[in-house]
Amino acid sequence: MRAADLTTAVVLIAGGLLVIWDSLRIGIGWGTDGPKSGFFPFWLGVLMIGACIAIAAQAIRRADRTPFVRREAIAPVLKVLLPATAFVLSTHWIGLYVATTLYMASYMRWIGRHSWLSVVVVSVTVSFVTFFVFELWFLVPMPKGPLETSLGY
Amino acid sequence: MGIENLLLGFQVALQPHNLMLAVIGVALGTIIGVLPGLGGANGVAILLPLTFSMPPTSAIILLTSLYWGALFGGAITSILFNIPGEPWSVATTFDGFPMARNGQGGQALTAAFTSSFVGALFAVVLITLFAPLLAEVALKFGPPEFFAIQLLTFSSFVGLGGGSALKSLVSMLIGFVLAAVGLDIVTGTLRMTFGITDLMKGFDFIVAVIGLFGIGEILLTMEEGLSFKGASAKMSPRIVWDTWRVLPRYWRTFLRSCFIGFWMGFKPGGATPASFMSYSFAKRFSKHPESFGQGDIEGVVAPETAAHAAGGASILPMITLGIPGSPTAAVMLGGLIIWGLQPGPMLFKEKPEFVWGLIASMYTGNVIGVIMVLAFVPAFAAILRVPFAILTPLIVSVCAVGAYSVNGRMIDIWYMLVFGVIGYVFKKLDYPLAPLVLALVLGDLAENALRQSLIMSQGSLLIFLERPISGVITAVALFFFALPVITPWWRRLRGLPTPAVSPRET
Repeated sequence: MRAADLTTAVVLIAGGLLVIWDSLRIGIGWGTDGPKSGFFPFWLGVLMIGACIAIAAQAIRRADRTPFVRREAIAPVLKVLLPATAFVLSTHWIGLYVATTLYMASYMRWIGRHSWLSVVVVSVTVSFVTFFVFELWFLVPMPKGPLETSLGY
Repeated sequence: MGIENLLLGFQVALQPHNLMLAVIGVALGTIIGVLPGLGGANGVAILLPLTFSMPPTSAIILLTSLYWGALFGGAITSILFNIPGEPWSVATTFDGFPMARNGQGGQALTAAFTSSFVGALFAVVLITLFAPLLAEVALKFGPPEFFAIQLLTFSSFVGLGGGSALKSLVSMLIGFVLAAVGLDIVTGTLRMTFGITDLMKGFDFIVAVIGLFGIGEILLTMEEGLSFKGASAKMSPRIVWDTWRVLPRYWRTFLRSCFIGFWMGFKPGGATPASFMSYSFAKRFSKHPESFGQGDIEGVVAPETAAHAAGGASILPMITLGIPGSPTAAVMLGGLIIWGLQPGPMLFKEKPEFVWGLIASMYTGNVIGVIMVLAFVPAFAAILRVPFAILTPLIVSVCAVGAYSVNGRMIDIWYMLVFGVIGYVFKKLDYPLAPLVLALVLGDLAENALRQSLIMSQGSLLIFLERPISGVITAVALFFFALPVITPWWRRLRGLPTPAVSPRET
């Protein structure tokens, strides 16, 4: 945990420096109409760096050597994160509805080991229900791909 | 005077046509509240075009009922799935979800609905009695007072939140920084966009909430080796009745939360800080604060009561002053103008049947709401029997749909994923997530209040202490900020032992 705590603090300090750098660029002083745009973020950055240095100092003093993630726990986390990332990526190319169908189907088949029949029924139903509820009922347009376009949406 | 007006209002609200609209509104609202990311504001915005052909009173009854429904529905996902449907349901997850995990889902839901009802009812009664007077008080609020209130909200996290005060502070600062990204409305300058077009519109708190709490929680549960499943809730008249018999014991919490909620409901974004503040206070005053976060029914009562008292109160500045107290109220305000009504104090004189019809419908809408949600919880509980291999991708894709529907931008789905990973890491390292979300919601408002105050004082921070109302609030806020520093010193002085760090709340 100590390494993870230190890494996070260092990343946040870097983020704070980025905020300060950008605030200095747009001005942190007094403009013609009050405080300039960078005034508020500048002080946020300063406070953040100060607090993170203190957190890092506390972490160094503490001898907590438990790992951030246990080795056997990495696999289940990645089993959620990687398919989810693939789903978001594929939404870019083939639209949300087709991506949802494929995501549901592959997840049910490879992780849940459900029968092909239930895989097909559930994944297709979920996409259709999503389509009817959001696209038709609530009129919220979702990202669409070539299939929807060829069907006239 | 008040009674006569209210009777006039009930004549409007109890018309069969308007009652039916209230039922439809509550039902739709509950569905919207249950779907993460599709909150009250979106629901009202989507329905708004359908109301243009209705009489304004019927339209506002439909929209406010949808709002109540969404408020009730948000509690269902918070408790059963640990996914807050709205930012003010975040605090409900702290104890609601552990309760559901311990097999007390039915009790948690009953407590949440009842508290919501009590909070909302309290707010409506106060609105009925004190509307003109309270509007006058709020009129005297200038930017320094608004900023002082916000300072108080955040100080209560750092000072009373438990856990690491430094990490609470950092979490809050991250939220403010994220809120500052994009166009600065005051000067028109682009901030922290680094030439990237997608960053110009900044970060939406709904997307952040979906990622941090929705996706982050799935990752965390997976790591703990549990197959992801929502907690189960049995709902029967027996459970409802037994819970109702326990609840009067918490009358102090109810009362305190009602007042916190109503007071905070004045100012924009009030429901979320109200729920957190009420939770902190309930924990602070509890005889057994260590049970908070483990499934204490009081931890459900406090935030739900306050959030709904604030939700009700947020309607008040909208109709009396034309200042929306919540994002949803802001959308409704847009509707008012489209229907040809002028929001403001004159509305009470010119359109009494509209104002009092709306106030009366807040009574009927909440009664309909609490009956409907209590009756239909078994239907929602049925969702929980779905295997996790279906539920996981389903929740991820519903979250994606929710994130996308906020602005219709693909980048928001990516943000959701990134916030999910951040949520996972932060939860493991005991960074509280709630201050981050709250700062993201209130960031622009807090900054504007600060800048306007500084313009008023020509750059002197003393303005917050010199004005009487803001002076008192700021002093209390500074005391809370100093608490984590004072407490260990005070304990050493008195020779008391240092307590262990309290369990994480998020």
